[in-house]
Amino acid sequence: MSWVTKTLSSTIGRKLIMALTGLFLILFLTGHVAGNLQLFKSDGGEAFNIYAHFMTTNPAVKLLSYLTYISIIGHVIFSIWLGSTNRAARPIGYGVSTPPSTTLSSRNMGILGTFILIFIVIHMQTFWYQMHWGDVPFVTYDGVEYKDLFSIVAFAFQNELMVIGYVIAMAFLGFHLSHGFASAFQTLGLNHAKYSPAIALIGKIYCIVVPILFASMPVYIYFTQS
Amino acid sequence: MKLTLKIWRQKNASDKGGFVTYPIDGISTDMSFLEMMDVLNEELAIKGQDPVHFDHDCREGICGMCSLYINGHPHGPQQTTTCQLHMRTFSDGETITIEPWRAKAFPVVKDLVVDRGSFDRIIQAGGYVNVNTGGVPDANEIPIPKRVADEAFDSATCIGCGACVAACKNASAMLFTSAKISQLAMLPQGQVERMSRAEKMVAQMDEEGFGACTNTGACEAECPKGISLTNIARMNREYFSASLKSENV
Repeated sequence: MSWVTKTLSSTIGRKLIMALTGLFLILFLTGHVAGNLQLFKSDGGEAFNIYAHFMTTNPAVKLLSYLTYISIIGHVIFSIWLGSTNRAARPIGYGVSTPPSTTLSSRNMGILGTFILIFIVIHMQTFWYQMHWGDVPFVTYDGVEYKDLFSIVAFAFQNELMVIGYVIAMAFLGFHLSHGFASAFQTLGLNHAKYSPAIALIGKIYCIVVPILFASMPVYIYFTQS
Repeated sequence: MKLTLKIWRQKNASDKGGFVTYPIDGISTDMSFLEMMDVLNEELAIKGQDPVHFDHDCREGICGMCSLYINGHPHGPQQTTTCQLHMRTFSDGETITIEPWRAKAFPVVKDLVVDRGSFDRIIQAGGYVNVNTGGVPDANEIPIPKRVADEAFDSATCIGCGACVAACKNASAMLFTSAKISQLAMLPQGQVERMSRAEKMVAQMDEEGFGACTNTGACEAECPKGISLTNIARMNREYFSASLKSENV
């Protein structure tokens, strides 16, 4: 084993992968939520469709999207690997387990993550797959033809179950981030009297604001596009 | 005090084991938890039964030998060692469940006794520390800021009892290993072997079959010596920088 694989396959190395992919996905979420805010524009989806066109054709964005796919897959694979090591470390459990003084989210990151993964699969099937290979109608703005992804979004969120599912999934995301954000920095060794309180605070704000913004999108579309 | 004790009994490492319930009476609130166990064992001995085996040594909270997972907490409900836990913490008539530490790397030897040799092997993997020998050194010859010395001392207060492993949902030994790595990484005397020590101790920790850290903080909350999670962050830094810079390809 080379020193690279030896380091990355150690428990701390695997945690490093979890932290780095997690932080990259946090960056991705920031961009994703900022771009999608254009759904709130009352322009029949023009700004959103032009943005969607840019996001699917720009080579730099393409590169970032591949990094995002790799991060999601890496985050999942390494969590399964770590999870199996962690379960094997305690073959016989305790008879009595009192609620420890830790957060519910921190103890259930795997379960939260599994729900988020199921959400990602459904989400990508609904929009990402449709945008790339689905049957999307076209619209013309200033003589240029664009795929009307907005119509797909508006149609998908006429379904109450879909809206409720999205809101619940964002709650799971919020809880996952409430532990994951600060935890990633701790794993990277970035624990400092000056910066850790700020990181913890930003993490708390982030895990509330971003999921709420995301969740408000299907709700807004449901009530405005019917 | 009158109590009901639900104790894990296991003949040997290969025995399946199970809980046995013992009623006990006449316990003083001033007794330590281990003294209460002594009373139980005396009664068992008089009856000709096998006494409950448990680890203990100094009974002063400094050796790290006592263990016991009491009512769902390592060392019981207070953040202290079991020997320093007093019966006044419990109420009359209470049922107390006593279990051994549970971890693959801490196999049960008998009853409540577990083999914590894995901790010794992690320490051994760290190897030696180079120090200058010769005459008695002058005071303050080795410059070290008070803050750093204090922090190193805080890490060094880890008594290696294993409560962190017992408390962790992943049975991770990262709080222990990080305290031991931190202590020497901060001192001027430990610098020569600093990188190889971090690499070897982490490798040994993994080899022993401990889990990884999820940063839940359960270990810190249960540690009788108040070892902080900052040690784990420091261990990660030490390990990453050692992996990048050491000559061990």
